[in-house]
Amino acid sequence: MGQTLIEKILARRSRDPIIPGSISWIDLDVRSARDFGGANVVKNFTVNYPEQKIADPAKTCFTFDCNVPANNIPYANNQQTCRVFAEKQGFRVFDVDRGIGSHVNIEEGQAVPGATIVGTDSHLNILGAVGAFGQGMGDQDIAFAFKTGRTWFEVPYSMKVVVKGHFSYPVTAKDLTLKMLQVLGSNGALGLSMEYEGPAIDGLELHERITLASMATEMGAIISFITPDKRILDYLNKRSGRSIEGLSADSDARYIKQVEVDITDLEPLVACPYSPENVKKVREVAGRKIDSVFMGSCTNGRFEDFVLVDKILTGRKIARHVMAKVVPATREVYKKLLESGILARLFEAGCILSSPGCGGCASGQIGMTGKGEVQISTSNRNFKGKQGDGDTYLASPVVAAACAVAGKIIDPRDL
Amino acid sequence: MTPNTVIKGRAWVITEADGTFIDNIDTDMIFHNAHLAITDIAKMGQHAFGNLSGWEDFPKKAKQGDILVLGKNFGAGSSRQQAVDCFIALGVTCLLAESFGAIYKRNAINTGLPILCREGFAGKGKELSIRNGDELEVDLVKSTVKNITRGTTSSMEPFSKVQMDIYQAGGLYAYGKALEASA
Repeated sequence: MGQTLIEKILARRSRDPIIPGSISWIDLDVRSARDFGGANVVKNFTVNYPEQKIADPAKTCFTFDCNVPANNIPYANNQQTCRVFAEKQGFRVFDVDRGIGSHVNIEEGQAVPGATIVGTDSHLNILGAVGAFGQGMGDQDIAFAFKTGRTWFEVPYSMKVVVKGHFSYPVTAKDLTLKMLQVLGSNGALGLSMEYEGPAIDGLELHERITLASMATEMGAIISFITPDKRILDYLNKRSGRSIEGLSADSDARYIKQVEVDITDLEPLVACPYSPENVKKVREVAGRKIDSVFMGSCTNGRFEDFVLVDKILTGRKIARHVMAKVVPATREVYKKLLESGILARLFEAGCILSSPGCGGCASGQIGMTGKGEVQISTSNRNFKGKQGDGDTYLASPVVAAACAVAGKIIDPRDL
Repeated sequence: MTPNTVIKGRAWVITEADGTFIDNIDTDMIFHNAHLAITDIAKMGQHAFGNLSGWEDFPKKAKQGDILVLGKNFGAGSSRQQAVDCFIALGVTCLLAESFGAIYKRNAINTGLPILCREGFAGKGKELSIRNGDELEVDLVKSTVKNITRGTTSSMEPFSKVQMDIYQAGGLYAYGKALEASA
């Protein structure tokens, strides 16, 4: 019988039979940790494997992205603990300047179809955007992976999502992602590996694939894959300096669930407080006064996301009472924004520009909200208290920028 | 020393005020990201459920040996181990849920905290068959939960082999070393 994408990837990295529901040992191509979790990984490693070496420095790295550069002493201490450990063990640190780890994995050519990558970021499954198996794990798991290069994994069952129709501006991949949350809810894909396909998916650019793949965790899924097409493979070839082969599911692979979504009449959507599944049309909640906007995160922090913001802001200004925070995903994105003049235009429009990273998502330094504050965010979680004491709405960069201009929740078509 | 496969304890049923399970409790409700820099397990217990409405005082009420009874997708969200370790710090010995978030499930298994799940195991809605303070007996080999107070028994999904092996070994590292020694 044929294999789904996850089955195919795991089979290439395991000596065990790959059967959904059963546990296999998997070899890991990249073992990483962030500044969040990283110090605990070091602690676990040092306690359990005193004076021992990690399995393979070339396959191990730290990616600092949560609190960069550190704005409090505990984080600064944790980062320094990690640096000292990495230097001693001889592996690489993508330090506080570099940006979100999962995006760095893609830019550095580590994440290619079929690669197996673990780290302490629960959104590392975003790498399904390029056909790689990424998985967030706890610090014990990661310390074990540092030492052994392997992990145990319960092979997930797979579900297929067929997306029909085509995108038409101002509807974006983020709106489809929110639509999926509306359809599946917070646990509709619990423990499953999702595979997106269909006419709406085929033409997606890398940044759109990243957005769509970024919220598998919010649906309870292990990962969501989008099979790379030729353009994505060309990009990955360039990035990795290797000749990358595509990887796709077999036509007779078994899926335990199939969902069909049609985006023909899709409108701009927003996830209301306090859950990513609490999705409504922007027009249904329009009019509420906002205090801040956060544009960035692993979900919407790519160059093209800010091109969309720039388009809305051209000839307009951020409303005077709104804090509009811009946090590019990586240093590379930042550079491109600088060189293209977009960063200067966002600045002129009234945005607050920050160095690359996760922003406010994991108690970072940009994007926390105060009690009673209403924030529109292009990120992926709006749980109560997650980004501070305020109320957070999740939306696309287009919607976020429109709200920043209007000073209230607004559908970009009504701006 | 081999850990017990029969665990007895007092139940905490994590519900809304109306007695229904709170589903999709995420790791920020369990252990808020404001405390992520903490690496010492002993300091984690005080923050357990610190951001879960109605349960903020849980660390003061929990006692050694308590068992948590939980709804769907418990531990959704981030990969933070602290969301498991904070309960260990309080002396919680077992988690029973309708289902767990995937990463949370791994973290609990790896650290040797027994967890069992099955949809509907404790009944539906306000008619939950387990109440706060009930005396429970969990059998990890038979995968059963006996409610001693009410005289009822539920069956749960069985422990996987890896889960039992890690539990019996006393955690992932001990298990890994045993694997290495036998290879």
